[in-house]
Amino acid sequence: MNFLGIGMFIVIVAITLMITYWASHHNKTTTEFYAAGRSISGIQNGFAIAGDYMSAASFLGIAGLIALNGYDGFMYSVGWLVAYIVVLILVAEPMRNSGRYTMADVLAYRLSPIPVRTAAAASTLVISTFYMLAQMVGAGTLIKMLLGIPYEGSIIFIGIMMILYVTFGGMLGTTWVQIIKAGLLMFGAIFLTFWVLGKFHFNLVSFFDAITGKLGQSFLEPGKLYKNPIELVSLGMALVLGTAGMPHILMRFYTVPTAKAARTSVLWAMGLIGSFYIMTTFLGFGAAYFVGGDAIKAVDKGGNMAAPLLAQTLGGGKGSLGGEFLLAFISAVAFATILAVVAGLTLAASSAFAHDFYVNVLKKGKADEVTQVRVAKRTGVVVGVIAIALGILAKGQNVAYLVALAFAVASSANIPVILFAIFWKRFNTGGAVAGIIVGLVSSVGLMMIGPQVMGKAALFPLGNPGIVSIPLGFLAAYFGTIFTTEKTVHSDKFDELYVRANTGLGAE
Amino acid sequence: MKWDKIAQSEEFKHLVKIKARFMTIAIIFSTVYYFALPLSVGYLKPFMIQKVSGSINIAYWFALSQFFVAWIIAGVYARVANRSFDPIADKIRRENAGGLER
Repeated sequence: MNFLGIGMFIVIVAITLMITYWASHHNKTTTEFYAAGRSISGIQNGFAIAGDYMSAASFLGIAGLIALNGYDGFMYSVGWLVAYIVVLILVAEPMRNSGRYTMADVLAYRLSPIPVRTAAAASTLVISTFYMLAQMVGAGTLIKMLLGIPYEGSIIFIGIMMILYVTFGGMLGTTWVQIIKAGLLMFGAIFLTFWVLGKFHFNLVSFFDAITGKLGQSFLEPGKLYKNPIELVSLGMALVLGTAGMPHILMRFYTVPTAKAARTSVLWAMGLIGSFYIMTTFLGFGAAYFVGGDAIKAVDKGGNMAAPLLAQTLGGGKGSLGGEFLLAFISAVAFATILAVVAGLTLAASSAFAHDFYVNVLKKGKADEVTQVRVAKRTGVVVGVIAIALGILAKGQNVAYLVALAFAVASSANIPVILFAIFWKRFNTGGAVAGIIVGLVSSVGLMMIGPQVMGKAALFPLGNPGIVSIPLGFLAAYFGTIFTTEKTVHSDKFDELYVRANTGLGAE
Repeated sequence: MKWDKIAQSEEFKHLVKIKARFMTIAIIFSTVYYFALPLSVGYLKPFMIQKVSGSINIAYWFALSQFFVAWIIAGVYARVANRSFDPIADKIRRENAGGLER
């Protein structure tokens, strides 16, 4: 048991619960519950996007990947930032201008609501489930390593926390949990980066000279992790397009009052996320230099403990007061990171089920505000319970591929349909449903027969299916449109969406 | 006021035209710049691993430059959107604020 660590965890839990209590008084309408009453400012939303996006995988995982594999770990970081160009230029403002709470709102403007909402809700639930499962398993392992609390207990605890945040705090509470987490994470990363680079008098060249002197020049060269360039391109496609299709990120754009605020929030998010990922590389290389790959692998084979161990080593090493304090602090930051991301995912999954499927498909839009909010909160509880159950079932499984899978599904199923709906006049319901289904099935299917799941017996050669499944999603959306005719929907509906998306006219 | 009327107006057509032009250029440029990284580290490795400053090689500087290029594109987009797109969109919104069918 690590009492210092537990103390810091308790502080974080207490602060976030106070926020949740405060936010619970502002959660009566659906707009308040799903979109924080559209009261979040651009800068606040920028921090919240960063908090929503930078998962434990990106903090602990990337630092570990770089600490163990050097240069190739950098590839993820680059893709995760460049992705925001797509979000900024193509998706954020049209979404804000024409939707209410979910991506399906935008589709339902001009397409038959029932089939497109059902399909969009299905892909959102699949993405959220995969991504959440990866977070839960990571969290359980992490808390067990850091605090010595058993895996199952950690999962149940995180599940309860996310249910509390979402059902009582709604989007407002979740947003502030994410803002605080982003602040803590940036502080932790800046602090460690300064410490690491300070040891080399802030000279990048002497920093890397020291690293290559100790670990060899090849550590700074590509090819340690990825042998196949096509694999890297495929991964890059899924990361760059997938971010713009991630439901928990899209949802954040509905919390700001205008498209201009949505734009400001992406700029802030890019500043935070980009500088964070650059710093992560210094933490990863720093951990390789100060802690050493063998010591990192001795604690966790995947390298996830590289950043916490770096903090411990810099603070004076195991057993020293400074070392234990820093370890506890960085661990608490990682814990806050997980909580903020799972809360965002729970909210996205709840909105897909409650708003898209229950209210607009089952009830055909005929449900009063009180019922809608009640159903949304209950869905949040159900999502949390399912996440706990899946998290416990997946104990000991290698779930790293689930993050890649979530991005593959988001880029293959959601992106073609979002882009066609906003930019292509001829696009219709048949195309939307075909695009989502083919994108979803092909990305999941290719992943399941690929090397990340089947190992050496794989039928499909790539661990990241994006390079095949993304074009398939686009083709299905295209041919689905060409081969079906639609009588019920008028083409002037496209004019409406197009004017709304580009001007913000009539935006809620 | 009908949506199709706004969609046919010269003002709106001008707005989507200048937006489309900017977006096409920005997206093509960032796509090419980004995918040049995995392709060049994959297929041009001997060139990419040449050292340029101390032990730091071209591959590292290229990867690091991706962050700055992304920031610059985002900054340029925000500037163009604030100066050129927003005033037209604001004007269309003001002119059609009343009488919208929801």
